[in-house]
Amino acid sequence: MANFHLNVPQTATVTSTTPVKLSARDLAFYYGDFKAIKELSLDVPENKVTALIGPSGCGKSTLLRIFNRIYSLYPKQRATGSVLLDGENIIDSNYPLNKLRSKVGMVFQKPVPFPMSIYDNIAYGIKHYQRLSRADMDVRVEQALRQGALWDEVKDKLKQSALGLSGGQQQRLCIARAIALQPEVILFDEPTSALDPIATGKIEQLISELKQQFSILIVTHNMQQAARVSDFTAFMYLGELVEHGSTETIFTKPTKKQTEDYITGRFG
Amino acid sequence: MSSTQRLYNRRRFYNAATMVLSGLATAFGLFFLVWILFVTFSKGFDALGLHLFTQMTPPPGEETGGMLNALVGSLMMCLVAVLMAAPIGIAAGTYLAEYVNYHWIGETIRFVNDILLSAPSIVLGLFVFTLVVEPTGGFSGWAGAIALGFIVLPVVVRTTDEMIRLVPVQMREAALSLGIPQRKVNTQILYRAAFPGILTGILLSLARISGETAPLLFTALNNQYWNTDMSKPMASVPGVVFQFAMSPFEYWNKLAWAGALIVTLFVLLISVFARVVLARKK
Repeated sequence: MANFHLNVPQTATVTSTTPVKLSARDLAFYYGDFKAIKELSLDVPENKVTALIGPSGCGKSTLLRIFNRIYSLYPKQRATGSVLLDGENIIDSNYPLNKLRSKVGMVFQKPVPFPMSIYDNIAYGIKHYQRLSRADMDVRVEQALRQGALWDEVKDKLKQSALGLSGGQQQRLCIARAIALQPEVILFDEPTSALDPIATGKIEQLISELKQQFSILIVTHNMQQAARVSDFTAFMYLGELVEHGSTETIFTKPTKKQTEDYITGRFG
Repeated sequence: MSSTQRLYNRRRFYNAATMVLSGLATAFGLFFLVWILFVTFSKGFDALGLHLFTQMTPPPGEETGGMLNALVGSLMMCLVAVLMAAPIGIAAGTYLAEYVNYHWIGETIRFVNDILLSAPSIVLGLFVFTLVVEPTGGFSGWAGAIALGFIVLPVVVRTTDEMIRLVPVQMREAALSLGIPQRKVNTQILYRAAFPGILTGILLSLARISGETAPLLFTALNNQYWNTDMSKPMASVPGVVFQFAMSPFEYWNKLAWAGALIVTLFVLLISVFARVVLARKK
């Protein structure tokens, strides 16, 4: 593998007029003593899809997991610097976790429906935040399942266990579950890597539709997917943000050699 | 003969030899198991009858009588033991799996729990004797139930811990990423996902204590008469089997075989039920 010298400034902010939803500043991350992310700054624009690409182990999933502080589950993981969501630093432990997670939803690599009915999978999260009448809850569940492009397939079996759905359906259920809380940002961690091409196509189409309402950050190993669904792309390598810009620019005229090598498949 | 051919032949020989040896080992183990079961069933069936479930244990020399008092005593002490120990065990297992999983405290508790798991049950009986029997001034059903509870506890701690840790880490993260607090994730997601496993652990511990004799000798003692008062000495099936099997009276010996069969069938029933519970999960 090529030996890169990354002595370039690490502030790759997007020069566009889109308002910024999330903004990382001098963000670093440690697994114990290992520094997995070296101080980087990144803006996630509102109502756009931003893709994080890079070879395995480059820190893209780690970065994603900072944005809803899910890493705080594990005692030896910590982040330094700041991530501003509407001007407030979410990695500050004073920022309430409950509030953060109601604003920043997450969809994981493997679909993980809860061991309950399809209806309850959606209603479960809502119940935690709001007390709704049966009828209102029905409306909310239907709305979330429609937004998750799953309603037509499951409307007659809402009371059945979610574990009986296919992998692609389970993943759309997980997306609907995240949407149901009406968050502002949705984080996708390689959401299609466990799915076949047809299910992948459905999820990608869904992501493109969802950006009208949500700001989206997606980690993907699949460069075609990044090119298809995202408006902006950030390329990471060895814990550093190498290049960040509009997807078109990154994929057609990257300014850094490493980016070009990765995009064209010369390494990674 | 080429060297590849020699190598191939040698591997075939080792393969065949290993198969034969492991087959023999299995047959050796199964032979004694089947023998034990055969003797228990054949001798036990002769003594089986409705009178076992309607009459009390007879005094020496009598040719009638059953073991209703022992059956009820065993059932009460086992159920109370499980009811006392299972909730504590589930809570402790959850603590291990969810709060101190990678922490040295968790590892230490697991180690100590494993020791308790393999502690000779007679030691637990002695422990409860000094802890309960002596201070309260006498043998009692409660003391028996507590001694059995100490056998149930480590089994439930272990299975709960293992079963909760088997729940995919993503399911935890998915629930927590919805903003649900840990305590609700425990009870509403993890217990639901791990329920068949935890229940199986409880059932297997029930099967285990239903045949325990040693811890009851110092605690519940025995009781020849009908008794449902747990603050008095209580009869148990394994205790009666122990007493009757060693006696010179033929009828008592028959009853001992019947008791052994009943305990065996009870354990079998619970094991089958536990399998069904686990299978339903899939």
